[in-house]
Amino acid sequence: MSVIFLVLPLALVVVAAAVAAFVWATRRGQFDDLDTPALRMLHDDDERGKR
Amino acid sequence: MSVVDVISPPLAPADTRTACGHCGLDVPSGVLDESAERQFCCIGCRTAFAILHEGGLDRYYDLADRRNEPVRPTGRTYDEFDHPAFCDLYVKPLSNGLAEVELYLEGVHCASCVWLVERVPLMLPGVMRAELEVRRSLARVTWNPSILPLSRVARMLDSLGYAPHPFRGVTRDAMRRREDRGMLVRIGVAGAIAVNVMLAALALYSGWLGGMEPQYERFFRWTSLLLVTPALAWPGRIFFAGAWSALRARTLHMDVPIALGLAAGYVQGAVNTVRDHGPVYFDGLATLIFALLVGRYFQQRGQRAAADSAELLYSVTPSTARVIDAVGEVREVPTQAVLPGMIIEVRAGETLPADGTIVMGRTQLDNSLLTGESRPVSAGTGERVYAGTVNLSAPVRVHIDEAGEQSRVAKILRQVEESSQRRAPVVALANRMAAWFVAVVLLLAVATWATWRLIDPSRGLDNAIALLIVTCPCALALSTPLAVSMAIGRAARAGIFIKGGDALERLATPGDLLLDKTGTITEARTSVVRWAGPDWVKPLVLAVESGSSHPIAEGFRRAWPELDAAPAAWTEHVAGGGIVGVVGGRDVVVGSPRFVRRRVRAAREAAPTLPSDALTPVWIAVNGSLVATAGLGDPVRPDAAIAISRLREDGWSMSILSGDDADVVRAVGSHVGVSPAQCIGGATPEAKRARVEALSVAADRPVVMVGDGINDAAAIAAASVGIGVHGGAEACLASADVYLTKPGLASLVVLTRAARRTMRVIRRNIAFSIGYNVIGAGLAMTGHLTPLVAAILMPASSLTVVIASWRSRTFVEEAP
Repeated sequence: MSVIFLVLPLALVVVAAAVAAFVWATRRGQFDDLDTPALRMLHDDDERGKR
Repeated sequence: MSVVDVISPPLAPADTRTACGHCGLDVPSGVLDESAERQFCCIGCRTAFAILHEGGLDRYYDLADRRNEPVRPTGRTYDEFDHPAFCDLYVKPLSNGLAEVELYLEGVHCASCVWLVERVPLMLPGVMRAELEVRRSLARVTWNPSILPLSRVARMLDSLGYAPHPFRGVTRDAMRRREDRGMLVRIGVAGAIAVNVMLAALALYSGWLGGMEPQYERFFRWTSLLLVTPALAWPGRIFFAGAWSALRARTLHMDVPIALGLAAGYVQGAVNTVRDHGPVYFDGLATLIFALLVGRYFQQRGQRAAADSAELLYSVTPSTARVIDAVGEVREVPTQAVLPGMIIEVRAGETLPADGTIVMGRTQLDNSLLTGESRPVSAGTGERVYAGTVNLSAPVRVHIDEAGEQSRVAKILRQVEESSQRRAPVVALANRMAAWFVAVVLLLAVATWATWRLIDPSRGLDNAIALLIVTCPCALALSTPLAVSMAIGRAARAGIFIKGGDALERLATPGDLLLDKTGTITEARTSVVRWAGPDWVKPLVLAVESGSSHPIAEGFRRAWPELDAAPAAWTEHVAGGGIVGVVGGRDVVVGSPRFVRRRVRAAREAAPTLPSDALTPVWIAVNGSLVATAGLGDPVRPDAAIAISRLREDGWSMSILSGDDADVVRAVGSHVGVSPAQCIGGATPEAKRARVEALSVAADRPVVMVGDGINDAAAIAAASVGIGVHGGAEACLASADVYLTKPGLASLVVLTRAARRTMRVIRRNIAFSIGYNVIGAGLAMTGHLTPLVAAILMPASSLTVVIASWRSRTFVEEAP
């Protein structure tokens, strides 16, 4: 049972990492526009980026 | 079969041979070219098809969800987009020699727009990236300015029917984006903390049941305290800040009881953790912060949408102006640099950047943005002109009287913005309840403490604090934003776009509903139904009407596609009446009977033809004598009568408000079941607005204006709820609170009934949350509230509200 003294802080470190990743993604603007990508993927194909 | 199926006919015609090769609409028989492989309804569609075809983007026509609208390019040159002053204001240079600009596009309404806007500009050499944000119609273009002028990109977008405008709210946009991201970060952090505190709490609760050694219990309590502290200090801080500013302003706000509950719970939990004895409520607090933040996020997004529309309307005014300096030289400057006293030159096709007086030249102006009058108005030296109006025919010089924030359009836009910030009455109701709420909770807490001092002094403080925690009004704060944002989301899926929650609330109680006739009740596809007169008049009529885009003119063109218009020497549109012109030396007057009578003496004695049907009478006079009369018809939408009778059943008082001839309006009214007394014809845009305002002052019930045209925009903005219908003009849509994307009036029935159901959901949510609080308060006062009960009760009340909002079937298609 005393392993909890080690495991719990470890789990919290993992949580902290996940939160940090989320904050990073948000600040990079990953969640700014939630509508358009949903429409874009409907007609995404190999032509994208080609001119 | 549902109503919606019955009344909305399929947009694409069954016969593909007569469908436009680009937009898919029926091609008018006059334009039909039997020999061609593909048909096009207009030049705009033909050009758009050519662009796509040459670029190898024919796959566009395989997309399932294309926009069924003819392409209407403005044909502007967009030269100002290349000007250094423009670049300084709107273009963001990137490090690698590229540049980025945000453009607001008109006419973005559907999924296929993403396809077009993100691919077509890439065909131009020098464009690196084009991205569209559908919700706000903003395109972000990255290009290389050294090899490609921005005006080329603008012209390309324009020829596809997406007229671009520079987006003005760039600075505010950046601020808002920061706010949005901040809110998301808070929610994420609060959620992660809540889940982990709950895990620790689970261990504690199972420890109580099965027994736990004290060192583990202590460990879990300290871990919880450690976790919940940042939750209060970072994401939870906004509630304390809100409560503090409310108290400083000597008002009570929902944040006050929330902050009280959070603070009481945290302080007692912390003290008990240190004392190593007594209840801790950390899991309840962490969940509470998370749930409240989610609710606030929804509310914020709803209010944003309304403010955005005002911002975008502002983008429609021009970005540069041509100033004439003291020595008579013309310089191009950004609109912001135009000051009162300057003289500017405005060429044909340009928009006026400021208010002023014409000092040189005579022209025709499109005042539709301001007055709603869609027909051109002539203006000459000495006349006042306003920013936002479009100069149609000749260059003029204008002395600036008022610029920037002082101009009429800026004032109107401020009003639009102010009205978009009105808060929903029930949100206000929840806040009004907050005052009582705080008073009652504090009184109960004191009573609990005092009573328990007599029974068992050691438990008095514990029970009083338990009461403060359990009555934290989380569900109450969630009740309105959740129900409203769910309804708005569902409405969007049903083809109804609602800009603000308050529109839903106003629509919940029946009031006065005013309908525009053309385009709303009728299909707005006029054609000549009755013609009494010789054939030689027809080319003359076509000649004077040739420059007009008015439905009457299009009706004549649609009726006689085989005839060529005679060349007209001179024509002038007279607002609200008709057209006068000279064709082959003959004076031609085409217009309403009233208009022709006023201008042609011989017509005064002519017997007025009484239209027995829903036809618009048009008289034609040549060289001072009445030679022909025509009846132009506009078919009533098949679902109009049934929708109107349903709305009346629901308690709405229906009336028709139209700029068209009073007889026509009455005829349409009798067709759809609106009594003649409720049919108002001949209403100018100002009269429409005045009527709407008079009604809202007279009765304490909502006044709803439904329209499609720019001439309705003013009335729509003045109404308690303005509704724009399918195919409406941009300015009308911008001022409307609700936009119906499906043709016909059935959506109106769906919308009003759904609004009533939404209000029922809100009231039920409030009742639920108060009920939970009463139970919680009862348990706390009798000393039965343990942290476990609180941890179950508090999320349960919020969860009930969430589920009740989510499960509610607000937007359902009405059964016939």
